[in-house]
Amino acid sequence: MSALLKIRGLKIEGRSDEVWNPIINGVDLDLNKGEVLGLIGESGAGKSTVGLAAMGFTRDGVRISAGSVEFDGVNLVTASAAVKRGLLGKRIAYVAQSAAASFNPAHKLIDQHTEAPVQHGVSGRKESEADAIELYERLRLPNPEEIGFRYPHQVSGGQLQRAMTAMAMACRPDLIIFDEPTTALDVTTQIEVLAAIRDIVEQFDTAAIYITHDLAVVAQMADKIKVLLKGDEVEEADTRTMLSAPQEDYTKSLWAVRSFERPTKPAVQTGATPVISVKNVTAAYGKVDVLHDISFDMHEGRTVAVVGESGSGKSTAARCITGLLPPRIGHIEYMGEALPLDYRKRNKMQLRQAQMIYQMADTALNPRKTIGEIIGRPVQFYMGLTGPQRRKRVEELLAEIELEPTQYIDRLPSELSGGQKQRIGIARALAAEPKFIICDEVTSALDQLVAEGILKLLARLQDELGLSYMFITHDLATVRAIADEVVVMKDGRVVEQGPKLEMFQPPHHPYTDLLLSSVPEMDPDWLTNLLESRGVDNIGDAAVDKM
Amino acid sequence: MSLLIWIVALVIAVTAGGWLFRFVGQTATGNAPYFRDMTVSVAAGYVGSFLLLAWIAYTYVSGQQADPAEKNKYFFFFIAIHGFVAFSIMAYFFRVLGTKFGTEGSKKMFRQMPLTASFGIVIIFAYAFVALFAGQIAVSSIVIVGIIGLAISEILRRIGGDKPAATSAAAFAFILIGMIIMYFVGPIAPYGQEEILGAANVVPGGDPALGGNPDFPLGTDQIGRDILSRLIYGAQNTVGIAFATTCLAFLLGGSLGFLAATLGGWLDQLLSRAVDALMAIPSLIFALLLMTIASVWSNQIGIPLTYFMIVIIAVIDATRVFRLARAVGSSIVVMDYIEAAKLRGEGLTYLIFREILPNATAPLLAEFGLRFCFVFLTIASLSFLGVGIQPPLADWGTMVRDLAQFINFAAFAPQVAVTPLLAAGAIALLTVAVNFVVDWMLHKSSGLKE
Amino acid sequence: MPGLLRIIIQRLLLGLVTLFVVSIIIFTAVNLLPGDFAQAILGQGATDEAVAAIREELGLNKHPVLRYLEWLGGAVQGDLGTSMSQALFSSFTGSETGSGLGSVAEQIAPRFRNTMFLASVTAAIAVPISIILGILTALYRNSAFDRSMNIFTLSSISSPEFFLAYVLILFLAVMNPIFPSLSNIYEGMPFGDRLEKTMLPALTLTLAVTAQMMRMTRAAIINLLASPYIEMARLKGLSPMRVIIKHALPNALAPIINVVALNLAYLITGVVVVEVVFVYPGIGQLFVDSVKIRDIPVVQACCLIFAAAYILLNLLADILSIISNPRLRHPK
Repeated sequence: MSALLKIRGLKIEGRSDEVWNPIINGVDLDLNKGEVLGLIGESGAGKSTVGLAAMGFTRDGVRISAGSVEFDGVNLVTASAAVKRGLLGKRIAYVAQSAAASFNPAHKLIDQHTEAPVQHGVSGRKESEADAIELYERLRLPNPEEIGFRYPHQVSGGQLQRAMTAMAMACRPDLIIFDEPTTALDVTTQIEVLAAIRDIVEQFDTAAIYITHDLAVVAQMADKIKVLLKGDEVEEADTRTMLSAPQEDYTKSLWAVRSFERPTKPAVQTGATPVISVKNVTAAYGKVDVLHDISFDMHEGRTVAVVGESGSGKSTAARCITGLLPPRIGHIEYMGEALPLDYRKRNKMQLRQAQMIYQMADTALNPRKTIGEIIGRPVQFYMGLTGPQRRKRVEELLAEIELEPTQYIDRLPSELSGGQKQRIGIARALAAEPKFIICDEVTSALDQLVAEGILKLLARLQDELGLSYMFITHDLATVRAIADEVVVMKDGRVVEQGPKLEMFQPPHHPYTDLLLSSVPEMDPDWLTNLLESRGVDNIGDAAVDKM
Repeated sequence: MSLLIWIVALVIAVTAGGWLFRFVGQTATGNAPYFRDMTVSVAAGYVGSFLLLAWIAYTYVSGQQADPAEKNKYFFFFIAIHGFVAFSIMAYFFRVLGTKFGTEGSKKMFRQMPLTASFGIVIIFAYAFVALFAGQIAVSSIVIVGIIGLAISEILRRIGGDKPAATSAAAFAFILIGMIIMYFVGPIAPYGQEEILGAANVVPGGDPALGGNPDFPLGTDQIGRDILSRLIYGAQNTVGIAFATTCLAFLLGGSLGFLAATLGGWLDQLLSRAVDALMAIPSLIFALLLMTIASVWSNQIGIPLTYFMIVIIAVIDATRVFRLARAVGSSIVVMDYIEAAKLRGEGLTYLIFREILPNATAPLLAEFGLRFCFVFLTIASLSFLGVGIQPPLADWGTMVRDLAQFINFAAFAPQVAVTPLLAAGAIALLTVAVNFVVDWMLHKSSGLKE
Repeated sequence: MPGLLRIIIQRLLLGLVTLFVVSIIIFTAVNLLPGDFAQAILGQGATDEAVAAIREELGLNKHPVLRYLEWLGGAVQGDLGTSMSQALFSSFTGSETGSGLGSVAEQIAPRFRNTMFLASVTAAIAVPISIILGILTALYRNSAFDRSMNIFTLSSISSPEFFLAYVLILFLAVMNPIFPSLSNIYEGMPFGDRLEKTMLPALTLTLAVTAQMMRMTRAAIINLLASPYIEMARLKGLSPMRVIIKHALPNALAPIINVVALNLAYLITGVVVVEVVFVYPGIGQLFVDSVKIRDIPVVQACCLIFAAAYILLNLLADILSIISNPRLRHPK
């Protein structure tokens, strides 16, 4: 049997400034009918570019410079635009990362669904509509009869992602490219989308390329896995082989990331004064309360992880602590003394003690200032150091965050990588010599290996300087790695809190349980087992709603 | 009706030519993708543009070879062609020069610069030169420019850092050196702007046999003023006043806009609503209304109307600047690094000058260009309508109005009929140049890929 | 639907409030005149009786607030007051108001119709051309066609209206007498003649606004072409034309409507200069003439009419773009 898709020596270049730089340096790929290939790699590995190239498509400013992409005998690289248009949507379909952005806001879901079959002359409009409803049903969308007649903004993210999968299936293609379809979703929603995609691909015996950076997800979905690194192929193997016995060092290091975990610290002495204490805080945006009576303590030298899905109020809690959003009821204590609620009323000393590190290092650093200015400003502002003394202190701080001082001090943020920028954010916080640092999703925009480096750095700094961290995250693997205590939040309320060890041992609060069990594991059978244990009707949204 | 038939015939001919061009191309290259995928309309476009160029070249050559009387009719056509070619060559070499000298960053900028932008910059330089040195330079103005330069770079050093201060100091030093040289060289304009030189209605071209005069290469107007000198002084007056007005508008609108964006709250609400109300009146109409009132004031208290005009247009335009500055400021204020600076306890001046302003320079600079064009056109329109820049200052809007009657001579003396268009063309050329540069800057800052 | 209706009613009310505020601004501006304008117009040499007579005629003896209310009340009913020339005339001849010269409303009404005619002809030519060109340049972006259109439109935006007007006169009226260079239209003129006389001013305005509209339409569409749903549409194998018409255009409607309204509003300003060049008997010319002879009541009235038209157009654009937004049309 000849392969459905055969990529040979694919090289792709991207234009930046005025030169063409290589993005993909020769990738080979074979995919048989009904087979699912997982394509994994960190950001910049070129996995999306390969996925699109498998459709003979490149984005603006990108071109295929060499190699062939043969789909069912047709070389998509040299084929004319008309020939490619005949295949796209009909025999090769695409499921994009963000369904909310990839559905046209001006048309109803079903109109977009029927567009491809009607335009390609696969079926008439009426049949296609009936088929859409059937597909919606198979993908377990609520109200399949009616949901297609809604506009994209009227449908939730997880449902849209399933509707997009249905749309890709409209012409019963031979190949579907899934480009990170669950990355933008919460863990509990992710499960149902994964299950739906896996079922439908199996039912129709469709070949697929599943692109993701999440190893555990790919383990559930793919028959075989290909690992990419900076445009080069690292290795390819059958899923189970790849998981149990990776050959290359890079792959091994990817697998090992998940095992980082700090030693457990002894329990906090009773009666010790917490560095920061949140006391019965209720806060509101306008008239709507978004936090309801939350309380927790943070002690010296310890990390409190605040966990929850988007909209749970964890970032709002941080805004209350910093004073950006003064609480409506309740207050914040620093070393047992109440802080003014509004940051503008706090003095320099109080402001200095609580620092913040942000999720997006890109927006957290002023792009027009050099690293020396960014870190030097708090040194000057709080410590009053100027001239050579200030420079010396900045160099010390850079050394502290493991960046070569002389090399980085005069650079602009745009000349640094994502991980380096995040380190600069840490140095800026350290420059104030605080007791307490809020880390707001600091690793979620980073690749796993880089994120691990940041976590290790934070842990070392905590041990050296006795810092207290409030670690806001949605990722339970990060919690496992760094937390001493855990606070679980949902809908603006604290659902459960306690030391990490207790939190990861049953019995749990049902929501914590759902959250914990929804985190994909590396075991390829994990999803199957989970679905069996939960029952078909009790996954994702449905499970949350039942609480 | 015959015109319509001609147009239709031309379109059909060009389309047919396009089809033929593509066919020949396909056959000659063995159906290369470039010709294979070319639509007929694109091919027709090539043919049409070629025909246009050929027609211009033909007119140029036949004009050059005609007898002197006939040739003189093409006087301004030749100037336009020569000027265009000369400036294009200068623009090309300017870009080449830029890629060879300067820092890595500036070299890269020049390499990516389209020729239109380079053309625009060269034109702007030419205008600035003419405007600065139109008349005799006074020693006092050299001293004043020197003091202003020092003051500005000192202010920039205090609030904006060393880099902008050095840049502004260099620019002022450059102007100062030029002024000192031109002090000895003398004015560019051969005559004074209001000087009446006796001979009225001298025909452009400078050939006495054809009613011209070599002393007045562009001729004189109805009351005998040298058109060339008035054009040169017009650059100083019209461009200078527009520039001053734009600066004033930016100072006013920009500072209020950033203040509103940074502080928010009631101040923002108040200013924004006031600006909304002022912007609900079309700007030229509002300017005309206020100018009417100002003309009464100006009579009574004896301040020239031109000063009123500067303030009025600056205020009207400041509303637009305010909108932009506020929008740009608001988009920067939500950034995490501003939040970090606020939480550090930084004051308002630091936030605006050190954190926000450096990130707003690109859009503000582009807006400055656009606003300048707008102000420039508004002033020209007001002057054209007779309520703008007042005599004795020569200015382009007024010149167009004064010379408008000449247009009726077009049938037998096209070179005379074009004279009212000179000043209008001078306005258009400068705004085109600025727009070319702004277009490039906007394109660059939007980060669009080619 | 009630959400949508509420927003529209809100916008209408806001427009009304804006108009009210604008009328106050215009009225206040005029009252900034030193002394009062009877004195200002007649100059220092005028006799006290003459000044008093003008004052009486224009009602300047009343309190400003009262005067404003009377003026506004009159304006709402279509009475825009007495023009200065008319007041002068009647105060010198001692005859009753309205003899000889018409009131402000009577002077403005026919000219307003003429201006509306010019604006409609321009809009009828400019709007379709610019939207079609905008779509074409977006479709063939970065091609030679797009680049030359870019240079052409930039040049035409940059030129003052009187430059465009004189170039057109030079080529289409004087050198090749195709259209008349004077637009002396009058009441009761046959439509065809009227159209012919209006052609040059309309073409000038078309050149001035088409470029802007085209560029903004192009920008609105290109802006959308980067969005993921357009990529999705292309990956469905749709033709480039269908991608633009079916997927980009419906979402670009709001910005395009705004562009069209903005430029029609701009016509109002542009009309002033163009009417003067072509001696077109519209409201713009009346306005400029009144500015020159400082006929304040007429200036005030013209200003109010221009502002009202401007606000109305923006309001219309606002409401249309709200209606075109599917998120508002189909709330959750």
